[in-house]
Amino acid sequence: MATTAFEPRIVAFFCNWCTYTASDLAGTARLAYEPTAPVIRVMCSGRVDPQFVLKALQEGADGVLIGGCHPGDCHYQEGNYKTLRRFRLLKRILSQFGVEDERVRLEWISASEGDRVQHVINEMTDQLRKLGPWHARS
Amino acid sequence: MKLVKVTIDGIRTEAEDRTPLVQVAQKIGVKIPTLCHHPLVEPYGVCRICTVEVHMRGRVRLVTACNYPVTDGIEVFTQTDRVRRTRKLILEWLLARCGHVPLLNTLAAEYGITEPRFGRGDDTCILCGLCVRVCSDVVGAHALGFFNRGTTRYVGTPYDEPSDRCIACGACVEVCPTGCITMDDEVEQIRGELPLGPMTAIYIPTMQAVPHQPVIDYDSCIHFKTDACRVCAAVCEAKAIDHGQQDRREEIQVGSIIVATGFQPVDPQKVPQYGFGRYPNVVTALQVEHMVNASGPTNGQVLLKDGSRPQSVGIIHCVGSRDKNTHEYCSRVCCMYSLKLAHLVHERSGAKVYNFYIDMRSAGKGYEEFYNHLLEEGCEFIRGRVAEVSDWAVTPAEQGKLVIRVEDTLAGLVRRIPVDMVVLSTGLEAREDADEVRRLFNMSCSSEGWFLERHPKLAPVSTFTDGVFIAGCAQGPKDIPDTVAQAGAAAAEALALIDTGQVELEAYTAWIDEERCSGCQICVPLCPFSAIEFSREKKVSTLNEALCKGCGTCVAACPSHAAQQHHFTDAQIMTEIEGVLVR
Amino acid sequence: MAEKPKVAFYWCASCGGCEEAVVDLEEQILKVVDAVDIVLWPVALDFKRRDIEAMPDQSIAVAFINGGIRMSEQEEWVHMLRKKARIVVAFGACAHLGGIPGLANLADRRRIFDTVYREVPTQEGQPGTFPQESSEPDGNRLALPAFWDEVKALDQVIDVDYYLPGCAPPPKLIWGAIEAILTGALPPKGAVLSPNKACCDDCPRKDSKPDKIELTEIKRPATHVADPDLCFLAQGFVCLGPATRSGCGNPCIEGNMPCRGCMGPMDDVFDQGAKFLSAFASILAPKTEAEIDRLLDQIPDPVGTFYRFSLPKSLLHRRRPGATV
Repeated sequence: MATTAFEPRIVAFFCNWCTYTASDLAGTARLAYEPTAPVIRVMCSGRVDPQFVLKALQEGADGVLIGGCHPGDCHYQEGNYKTLRRFRLLKRILSQFGVEDERVRLEWISASEGDRVQHVINEMTDQLRKLGPWHARS
Repeated sequence: MKLVKVTIDGIRTEAEDRTPLVQVAQKIGVKIPTLCHHPLVEPYGVCRICTVEVHMRGRVRLVTACNYPVTDGIEVFTQTDRVRRTRKLILEWLLARCGHVPLLNTLAAEYGITEPRFGRGDDTCILCGLCVRVCSDVVGAHALGFFNRGTTRYVGTPYDEPSDRCIACGACVEVCPTGCITMDDEVEQIRGELPLGPMTAIYIPTMQAVPHQPVIDYDSCIHFKTDACRVCAAVCEAKAIDHGQQDRREEIQVGSIIVATGFQPVDPQKVPQYGFGRYPNVVTALQVEHMVNASGPTNGQVLLKDGSRPQSVGIIHCVGSRDKNTHEYCSRVCCMYSLKLAHLVHERSGAKVYNFYIDMRSAGKGYEEFYNHLLEEGCEFIRGRVAEVSDWAVTPAEQGKLVIRVEDTLAGLVRRIPVDMVVLSTGLEAREDADEVRRLFNMSCSSEGWFLERHPKLAPVSTFTDGVFIAGCAQGPKDIPDTVAQAGAAAAEALALIDTGQVELEAYTAWIDEERCSGCQICVPLCPFSAIEFSREKKVSTLNEALCKGCGTCVAACPSHAAQQHHFTDAQIMTEIEGVLVR
Repeated sequence: MAEKPKVAFYWCASCGGCEEAVVDLEEQILKVVDAVDIVLWPVALDFKRRDIEAMPDQSIAVAFINGGIRMSEQEEWVHMLRKKARIVVAFGACAHLGGIPGLANLADRRRIFDTVYREVPTQEGQPGTFPQESSEPDGNRLALPAFWDEVKALDQVIDVDYYLPGCAPPPKLIWGAIEAILTGALPPKGAVLSPNKACCDDCPRKDSKPDKIELTEIKRPATHVADPDLCFLAQGFVCLGPATRSGCGNPCIEGNMPCRGCMGPMDDVFDQGAKFLSAFASILAPKTEAEIDRLLDQIPDPVGTFYRFSLPKSLLHRRRPGATV
């Protein structure tokens, strides 16, 4: 098999109201960023079941990005706080599973922060390139 | 109320018993000179210039009209020889103290005094005490008082120190009959700038204000400083003034809300090179707008700070718009309002008007025609962003002028244009509190702070929150026709909700499979909309889809796979994950 | 009289508790013996591997296999039993989900050998002497089964027809399964033979659960004595009941111990630990990252707690080999 440069694959879960809208904005503003993070839209980051993160890693994703509204800005009032609690606990489990910190990331990106979407995805892609691929199975 | 009969200089009249005589005379048009009298304070009877002759039951007396209470049957004479002689003597005494006060000299002339017998003193205070009485009885500041006695008596502040009780209200200046008291220069300067703002603490905000009622400015009203004054309440015949009014918070239950909180003009000091705040004749478009208003402070005249008419006016476009240092966006309305002001300024003052623009954006019905009209009118248009406005004159023609330095990109040279007045066409920006308002209504903002519509074409007045609509500049810069159209659309959307009488639910609500639910109740407190309840009867959680907004937080938390969300089921999302990761 | 159906019991990486569970059928075991012909039961009866090998394929009606799979020999056995048996039942938590031995997936073979044969203080003999798959002590060839790098649940090695969950499976469920097999009243293939509802459903403390739980402290049975009547979660104990299948009869709860999750997840749950994590995080009170972390510090081993019985069957199966974090 020909060896090609490693291009990380990130699964991004974006909340409909903030981060997904921001990625839309990034698009309309023609902000180019790495094509490494296909987005799965959920209505709220609170819908992101930790199982989804594990499933993505199991399916071969090299990183998972969760995007939600800034604390206090949730369209559903407090969904993002629930996400934060789950995320903090999930990170502990992921570290026991040997998942490096950079691979799974939670970012608050409001609807107006199209540039932040660009920045975060580029930055994460860069970090994952350095980190190398994630193989869920040996 | 007892009425009494009074005759003054042969005119019979009726008045309330014990009314001060001067009031009765004033009512029937008999003029009695006064110096120490003012309707807002109690009569004092100290200047004695109001002396008149009163005949009562055969007795003849000289009295001071300001504090003499009328009684039944009195006959009053205000111009007898005796009265005139007495007033003349009083005036001579006053002149002996204050020989150069214009008011006294005018009166003296009326009484035939050319050279006062006792000479002319250099003082200006006649010790009428109006200032002292106004300060304590009306203003309530008690900053002034009389000191010493006899010939050394004077008005002043305790120990002749600047009084910290003085609130600089200017009431003493206002009532002083001789002009003895003046305002501090600095305060006077502030007052000089007032024509573009309210002149008094109680005012009607604009002639077009709705409701058209005066308001009291809490911060400058004397009453709220000293608990006294209430002059406005005393003179208001309708007894409409209530200083005790308090702010009230009212909660109103509504089904839908239209957010039309507007914009704020860009602070021109953010573009310091244009000298706003440094040069008095650099003004904003809104200030000129205020001036050209026929009912405004200058009665529609365009005036410089010194009250004269400008010969030349420069209007600088795009102040705070299309500028990386402030806002990159175009504020949309400035081109057209600048043209309008150019037209009006020229019309009102006859001044030569220059417009400095980057691009002329006159899109809109009749707008381009208006621009062409201005061109025909002789308005100068210079294409180029102004570099700076300064008062640094290089040529004699620039002396005393504001010099606008600009690259004329059509002529291809840098020009210096001297003008009398510079008008800054400030752009529109989101209000300072837009973020708070946004949170209040659970809306989103664009990066510039304008409220975000649900969809620019399909739902332009809707927001991400059901039942909350936006209209006007809160959504983004727009002119009045567009705002009105948008407001109509928002009102129609709100009415449509009312008219339908029912709301459409989101399609992506959650549901709970009661067969799978163990009743662990993890989901119940998670719901911000209280859509989930634990049924004590069935021992499972039940979800009211009418209340559910479809966030899916309960679904992510349900450890039994009993809660699921339409269009966002675990199976669907898992399949999506597989899908996006297919090589 | 027709020939009695043949039944096999086998054990892999397990503790023997599952064998005890069969015995716990008490007098009902006599009915089992009456009804079936036990052809393999290493703990009780002396049958050899060659006896089974000699049997025709599909000749065993049902094989109950307990224990996780972690050695080559176990793999060989279960493959053989799969061939000989018409129905294979994963018996108990280890065969079902990997079970307690599955926690070894947080380490690898090397780490385990180092610990057991080199680092433990009770080590006898020569530290660092590792068992070899093939050796020739005193000129005699000796073979040992290969020890795998990870533990697998039974269905990660062979096709499994039914699952009998629990550590160990409750006798009531065992009897129910045997009855179903004998009468042919079996559910669709792949079913877990226990109700598809979480433990909370029949928890004796269900009514004590408050409307809203907001934890500011997390307690452990090792350090705190639980109130015997109150919902464990409401008291701050990590109780896996909401994410664990019922059918066990709640013996732990009756013993004043919170549920540890041995019965495994409900149908359609992909990952019992993650699902419980999500539920549990939802009842924490703090809002800021720092406060949340301070509270979570009170769970010393989250994977060991949430995946106590299900690590090999979790979505990631194991700690990543060679991981540095």
